[in-house]
Amino acid sequence: MPRHTFILNGKPVTVDIEDDVRLLWVLRDVLGVTGPKYGCGLGVCQACTSHINGKAFNPCSVPVKDIGPDDEITTIEGLPATVGRELHPMQEAWLEHDVAQCGYCQPGQIMAAVAKVRQAREEGREIGEAELDEIRNICRCGTYHRIREAIVAGAAKY
Amino acid sequence: MESHRRPQQRGTDVEPDGIGRRRFLGYVVAASTLTVAAQLGEGVLAPTEAAAAVPSLPGPAEIYDLNDMLTHATLPTANLITIRIDADGTASFALPRAEVGQGITTSSAMLIAEELDLPVDRIRVSLADARPELLFNQLTGGSNTTISTFTPIRVAAAVARGRLLKAAALELGEAIDTLTAKAGVITSALTGRSLGYGELAAKAASVTTGQVSVALKEPSDFKVIGTPQRRLDALEAITGRKRFAMDLQVPGALPTMVCRPPTVNGTVRSVANLAEVRALPGITDVVTVSTGVAVRGRTFGQCIDAVRALEVDWGPGTAEGKSDDTVRGELRRAELPLPALDLLTRSVDARFTFHFASNSALETNCAVADVRKDSAEIWASLKSPITAQEQIALELGLPVTAVKVHVTEGGGSFGRKLFHDAAAEAAEISRAMGKPVKLMWHRTDDFRQGRTHPMSTSRVRATYALGQVLTYDQRHTSVSTDFGHGVGEIITSEAARLPVGGLAFSETIFTLTQQTPYNFGVVTQLLSETDQGFNTGSMRNIYSPNVRCAQELVVDELAKRLGKDPYAVRRAFLKDARARAVLDKAAEVGGWGRSMPSGTAQGIAIHPEYHAYVAVLAEIDCRPQTTGRKIRDAYTGPRVTRVVCAVDVGLAVNPRGLEAQMMGGIMDGIALTLSSGLHLDNGYFLEGSWDNYFYTRQWNTPPELEIVVMPPTTGHPGGAGELAVAGAMAAVACAYGRATGTMPTTFPINHGEPLGFEPLPTTPPVPASPTDGLSRAF
Repeated sequence: MPRHTFILNGKPVTVDIEDDVRLLWVLRDVLGVTGPKYGCGLGVCQACTSHINGKAFNPCSVPVKDIGPDDEITTIEGLPATVGRELHPMQEAWLEHDVAQCGYCQPGQIMAAVAKVRQAREEGREIGEAELDEIRNICRCGTYHRIREAIVAGAAKY
Repeated sequence: MESHRRPQQRGTDVEPDGIGRRRFLGYVVAASTLTVAAQLGEGVLAPTEAAAAVPSLPGPAEIYDLNDMLTHATLPTANLITIRIDADGTASFALPRAEVGQGITTSSAMLIAEELDLPVDRIRVSLADARPELLFNQLTGGSNTTISTFTPIRVAAAVARGRLLKAAALELGEAIDTLTAKAGVITSALTGRSLGYGELAAKAASVTTGQVSVALKEPSDFKVIGTPQRRLDALEAITGRKRFAMDLQVPGALPTMVCRPPTVNGTVRSVANLAEVRALPGITDVVTVSTGVAVRGRTFGQCIDAVRALEVDWGPGTAEGKSDDTVRGELRRAELPLPALDLLTRSVDARFTFHFASNSALETNCAVADVRKDSAEIWASLKSPITAQEQIALELGLPVTAVKVHVTEGGGSFGRKLFHDAAAEAAEISRAMGKPVKLMWHRTDDFRQGRTHPMSTSRVRATYALGQVLTYDQRHTSVSTDFGHGVGEIITSEAARLPVGGLAFSETIFTLTQQTPYNFGVVTQLLSETDQGFNTGSMRNIYSPNVRCAQELVVDELAKRLGKDPYAVRRAFLKDARARAVLDKAAEVGGWGRSMPSGTAQGIAIHPEYHAYVAVLAEIDCRPQTTGRKIRDAYTGPRVTRVVCAVDVGLAVNPRGLEAQMMGGIMDGIALTLSSGLHLDNGYFLEGSWDNYFYTRQWNTPPELEIVVMPPTTGHPGGAGELAVAGAMAAVACAYGRATGTMPTTFPINHGEPLGFEPLPTTPPVPASPTDGLSRAF
């Protein structure tokens, strides 16, 4: 069986699994990392959003064979460590704004928010209404407004 | 307007200040650490008369609504809920309800904190397993949780506080009235000595179970209830540590999915390649079950591949050949007649169509099941776990006591988790395979084979003369709604006592939930149903979003005919002062009547339900530059640019949580009016993903949102979980009507437009996961 090695939340991991299994299932079913959630498996709902080398992506839409040994995968579990803290500032903002209802989409929302803020800054601006409107993550509880408030507040923290 | 009468009340005490305080009975339970209890179940609600210019008789739902029925049904069968104090100074409580995002674990902890004088972060609220002895009293629905647990939880906490004070008095050798309890510590006013609850937990325990009479704090003394509190489970949620059913690691329970039919409820005739699919990588089992062909494997990804590889010959389903048009025809034929109209009478006549909508949560239907020869264990988010336990036991041929049902945290419900479809299916598959299974529905299945809010029509006729509305008649006609999730048992036992005897089950629910808050003379609202071929169920707020949206649109039309302002006409006709107060607040904060550009407008609506009132003011932008926004794989359409909501639930236990429920309900209302619907075509629903089923997304979210929680009015909590949906749906529809000059009559409004997506194939039933995710990384 093919063997795949990559860096997961700062540590190298190796799994024996078929090449075409999407990374989401390698994380959840093989490695037991359950922060990224399944909401569609179609790259639509964004509930599984995690980071690859600092960029947001959907592990449900990437075969494990496309992940190389030097690729750094960060899930919600590994987000605080990327800033060397107990919680990432965006997570703190999420708590302060009491965003979560059922909570199922929130790991993906936070991972998308962090990437969106970084992306805006790389383009020379702070996140604003236009960027918030581009976020595709579904929240079926409808916490969208608090998500917007938390992202702006979270961005102001770092 | 309502006041609670509490059957648990047992006379009054005369306090030193001469004011009598009501007393309640709780229990101290024999245990090694302090354990206290109270009966679950609340008082009944007494009606008051409505004042009116042209009075309408109070409708049944105003006197006795669905929520009262749920409350009432608990009384004869109520059992105990218990709170335990441990040596670490924490209090533990297993809530016999489902947490699916409403924040009831947090509000329940607040009730305990209030009476126990213990900080909320030292209160552990978990979800109780199915407790069959509770009979009807473990149903989460009808926005009833806080109403039915408000008193019992506080009574139990007050008993605990009293026992802790007594134990401290003995321990310190001081009189009890010299002691004060605060933040989990009991301190002597005389000596300053103190003891923590943890130190007293064992000493306060009782060797026998007995009744204790307690008084509850007066509302003026509340320090926790009514204050904004953040969710206690938020940290778990935002760190990914919150455990949903699919996150559990149950030994041997491997990922399992079902290959489902191409049409609604189709059946398996034969499978051509069972052996071949069993040999696919990672796959351990493939069996035919009543709903399709189940596959079990190492990963869900491999299950998806196996489902797609199966070659199944399918038999017809229960909606074969049907489409939106044929169902609309059925509904028309089933409509009850409106009263005959005098030719000289002026009237507003309207017919509204509400298309099928999905109550799919973000967590798809799922459950873990481990069925053995003589026992079974189930893990799932269930709002009616006793029904699940009893029905699964029946299916498996096991005694109820041999089936253990664990209620897990739920990733949303919106009505879905009233049913135990996935739990029943997982049990069937586990038995057929002889192995534990972790069953998850694919998103596409969840939309196409999952339950729906049934398609319906509403015909309305309102007559008017001399500035008054003389009659209001509404005939709501719906594809049958399945209520077979346990409320049915309550109805069976309660029906004889209801003031609506003789109605069929769904008619009873309709009558108990629908009310007309206006003095519109003689009012009739009736339901008829047709077609049981669909998988249906309640969606957040059941009938109200459709029925009340239609009514509020007719109110706007009446205002136009009477030459009055929509806000003023509502104000003039509203029956209840609480309704007027929220309407006034929304109008004031929202700046009702402000000048707006052509193509944009305000709409205002109110909604009363479950002893609570909400008013919503919405502003919408229907200008081409807005409706023509281009976002890939998305429906943009009109934008609701601002929402102001005023809510009076009688007493908001957690105003911050209440605001969250309003916010969610508003997003649902926006979706139901503008964009969220299913297209039925030739026996199946075309929508198969969140880019097909247009629930509110960030680009549809109002940039401005303000929620005003009214000060306490009744002193008792009303229902909150569903309230805002109907109010928001109506306000957005009214705003759309005023912005475009045309009253919308088909919902969602975009339903008749060309499909905004390419439907996914039905065979195989689920699409392959994409492989190009890295190209979209940002």
